[in-house]
Amino acid sequence: MTKIATRLLGGIALAMFAVWAAPVARAADTIKIGFIAEFSGSFALPAREMDDGIKLYMKQHGATVAGKKIEIIRRDIGGPAPDVAKRLAQELVVRDNVDFLAGFVVTPNALAVADVATQAKKPTVIMNAATSIITTKSPYFVRVSFTVPQITAPLAVWASKNGVKQVYTMVSDYGPGIDAEVWFKKVFEANGGSVVGSVRMPLTSPEFSAYAQKVKDLNPQAIFVFVPANDQPAQIMKTFAERGLTTSTIKILATGDVTDDAALEQEGDAALGLITSHHYSYVHDSPLNKAFVSAFAKEYPDLRPNFVAVGGYDGMAAIYAVINKLHGNIDPDKAMEAFKGLKIDSPRGAIMIDPDTRDVIQTIYIRKVERQGGKLVNAEFDKIENVKDPGK
Amino acid sequence: MVLAAPAPSDPRRAIAAAARWRWYETLFWLALLLPYPLLPTYLDLASQIAIAALFALSLDLILGYAGVISLGHAAFFGIGAYFAAILVQRWGWTEPFSGLLVSGVAAAAVGYLASFLIVRVSRLALLMVTLGLGVLLEEAANHLSGLTGGNDGLHEIAVMPLLGRFTFDLYGRTAFLYALAVLFLMFLAARRIVHSPFGLSLRGLRENAARMPALGAPSRARIRVIYTISAFYAGIAGALLTQTTGSVALEALGFQRSAEVLIMLVLGGTGRLYGGIVGSIVFLVARDQLADMNPQYWFFWIGLLLILVVLFIPGGIVGGASALQARLGRRA
Amino acid sequence: MIHLAGVLFDGLAYGMLLFVLSVGLSVTMGLMGFVNLAHSAFAMLGGYLSVTLMQQAGVPFLATLPLAFVLIGAASVAFERVLYRRLYRSGELDQVLLTIGLVLMTVASCAYFWGTQQQSVTLPPYLFGHFSPFGIDLGYYRLFLIAVGAAIALALVFGLERTRFGARVRAAVDNQRMARGLGIDVNRIFALTFAIGSGLAGLGGALAINTVGLDPNFATKYLVYVLLVVSVGGLGSIGGSFAAAVLLGISDVAGKYYVPEAGAFIIYALMVLLLLWRPAGLFGRRV
Repeated sequence: MTKIATRLLGGIALAMFAVWAAPVARAADTIKIGFIAEFSGSFALPAREMDDGIKLYMKQHGATVAGKKIEIIRRDIGGPAPDVAKRLAQELVVRDNVDFLAGFVVTPNALAVADVATQAKKPTVIMNAATSIITTKSPYFVRVSFTVPQITAPLAVWASKNGVKQVYTMVSDYGPGIDAEVWFKKVFEANGGSVVGSVRMPLTSPEFSAYAQKVKDLNPQAIFVFVPANDQPAQIMKTFAERGLTTSTIKILATGDVTDDAALEQEGDAALGLITSHHYSYVHDSPLNKAFVSAFAKEYPDLRPNFVAVGGYDGMAAIYAVINKLHGNIDPDKAMEAFKGLKIDSPRGAIMIDPDTRDVIQTIYIRKVERQGGKLVNAEFDKIENVKDPGK
Repeated sequence: MVLAAPAPSDPRRAIAAAARWRWYETLFWLALLLPYPLLPTYLDLASQIAIAALFALSLDLILGYAGVISLGHAAFFGIGAYFAAILVQRWGWTEPFSGLLVSGVAAAAVGYLASFLIVRVSRLALLMVTLGLGVLLEEAANHLSGLTGGNDGLHEIAVMPLLGRFTFDLYGRTAFLYALAVLFLMFLAARRIVHSPFGLSLRGLRENAARMPALGAPSRARIRVIYTISAFYAGIAGALLTQTTGSVALEALGFQRSAEVLIMLVLGGTGRLYGGIVGSIVFLVARDQLADMNPQYWFFWIGLLLILVVLFIPGGIVGGASALQARLGRRA
Repeated sequence: MIHLAGVLFDGLAYGMLLFVLSVGLSVTMGLMGFVNLAHSAFAMLGGYLSVTLMQQAGVPFLATLPLAFVLIGAASVAFERVLYRRLYRSGELDQVLLTIGLVLMTVASCAYFWGTQQQSVTLPPYLFGHFSPFGIDLGYYRLFLIAVGAAIALALVFGLERTRFGARVRAAVDNQRMARGLGIDVNRIFALTFAIGSGLAGLGGALAINTVGLDPNFATKYLVYVLLVVSVGGLGSIGGSFAAAVLLGISDVAGKYYVPEAGAFIIYALMVLLLLWRPAGLFGRRV
């Protein structure tokens, strides 16, 4: 071989060796956060919304806290895939030496990471996954978003107090949907109401005509709907409207996923009058929320901020607060102590992390879909404060 | 004029020649051990690749050797995965090796039953029947949430330390060696199978199914056998996943997993046993690196990779490599 | 009884949508023997085209439909020339891999250009809502779907049976060599048929937005349904696709109505049973 070729190959080999052998450079003044979410696949939209919330927070509050630079490392799970989620968490711990883990749109991915969080002692901030048991699976889990029972129970109470006696429930056939059905029924019946029937609709097929027809035939006093906030809300509401259900005497109750702020315009007039319960509405009347919404609109004009974005935003707020409290020295157990009882001023209102369960305590609002300024919004008209997750 | 009869060739010698272990195969398997010392932080990925390779190998047995195209093979992977989880959670059976075997047998049993349906159809109908059965199984698993954990899946599946000493640690060292060892052993067995007269008859089936019975090799029975074996392999791969990651969810049975294993196998090259392994390595490493750089749109580049491989390396990567070898051999 | 009629109507409309989405694939798979899994990606592109025309250029919804048909059809010819042609002689697996690669690239591109959120269309007011003769709810949009589906089916059958072009297509399908020998330009026939088939997919995608929504996952979600129709109907058969689509559409809706727990899966169980009974599909003969 010629001299040049040998040298070239030698150089390449050396470079490759250097890359492999270089110890994971841990700059003493960087705090790394491993953000694991489902960026591709069917949950790509909520993952993006969560990411937007994170980025906005960092833009507003700077990328430096307590003298340390914040670095976010993003990893894609690709959908509900616990093996991938766990592996990514392990890699972030072992390869990148992160100080925090965060993210998770869907429950199975969050559950799979519990082991890693506990073994490696990494504070993990759950920003969306909404099943009650998640925070019980690791002492290093903390959640800032919401749980399905937490938003469902108040709706059932409100309904029973406001003249609703019979309800037919329609939920999507998967974890959160079943949670919603179970909790609505439990609380509603405990308050004197009766659930006249229920149906679980498969997640995969967005064709709702049969279910809408059933409702029309049964003609219950009210229906309770839960579908995940992806592509289903617009389809189900349009199908209801097409059959005249939205203008009939049947009251339609739902959790805020169905009137997800980011998808509300797609539902059109079909959604008017819908009563929902949720923890965040983008027309929530507070100076912090107004600032949040206008900043979001400037950065991401094609999307309305919704509860998933707020989950990301508040998750960062919590992390920043803890870093500040610890003056930039992240000791995992001290960090968890700092999380417990933490109060955060959120665009949704004030929230607190329950010191016993590390889950979020917040105000749940009852809202109605109205037109304000030509746009469809969830107008809050009632609220229940300091709601803990009833599932625990 | 009487033409001289052709010199009799010894079929047994031919089969034995094909089955001989080559030097580059030893090199290949030794190279697979390299991540252990060289890439200690990539061992989780490596063990996932080993599991995917075993799964792809299982598909190769039916696709590459018997010509059975399946878009629902994840059914057996998932059955193995869930069975391994249920063994630990419900029946407290935490011994890993036996758990692995039993899960494989469970998947094989279902495979045996399914094989009666599979042999009745071919080509597009086969594709759709396997897809349909896979979807039905996934939905059944969703419904039986008491058993399967439904959408949330089953978690915290902890098996006993291997050989009483090696636990599954954060770095994935044990998981990697375990998965690789299982892959190697199963590979050796598969090699034996395909180079046996039975294996040869399968290839005959793939080429011309109608003629084989005339040669005394009833086709349906043989396909049923290889399908059952393939289900066993897939079940073991699934059980490995559960044991090494401690979790299982519906996606283990899902259509995406079936489609991905098919892609990995065709990428590597069918009917060559190594194709599944090479395809898994290339696909999963590419996916990992691309997803790292671009979490939202990485699959664009994967799509491009697939198109380029199909256009320029027909027969998959291993097929292309052996074609290259043949060409170089001819030139020399 | 009224319920049954309502269910049949809705199922028929859904079936029509599936028909428009799938018939192109049935014909091209039967005619060219090419496994084009990117068919549903063409449909998705048709949907996005329709949305873009409406939102950026103010084109009314109905006008976007023929535009989607023509433009997607034309675009598909480009794909056929550049990519597909090279694989006519290759095995099915290679075709599967190539077209899956195309699907991935298309999905990523759509996500990049239009975002991952749901798209919607504003229907002209006369297509929205329903009327209820004899207590059966007949949605206007669904009536529209049925009308469009029937019209397309008739046009295709007429085109095949009564026109010169149709005769040439049938000849090319029956015996390619002979057809070439008779001076029929088989390559051009392939290209044109493929264009029409893909154009119909694009049209189907635009029609689907109001019924099932549109986002970058449309291509992968609907690929399965399209394959269902094609395999049950029989490759290369327009009548087969029609019958299969209607059967599957009605079973899906009826299943969800009468057996809501298992409803969406009736369609798969039915498909498995039908294929085991008749592996070549209901009308499994070529065109």
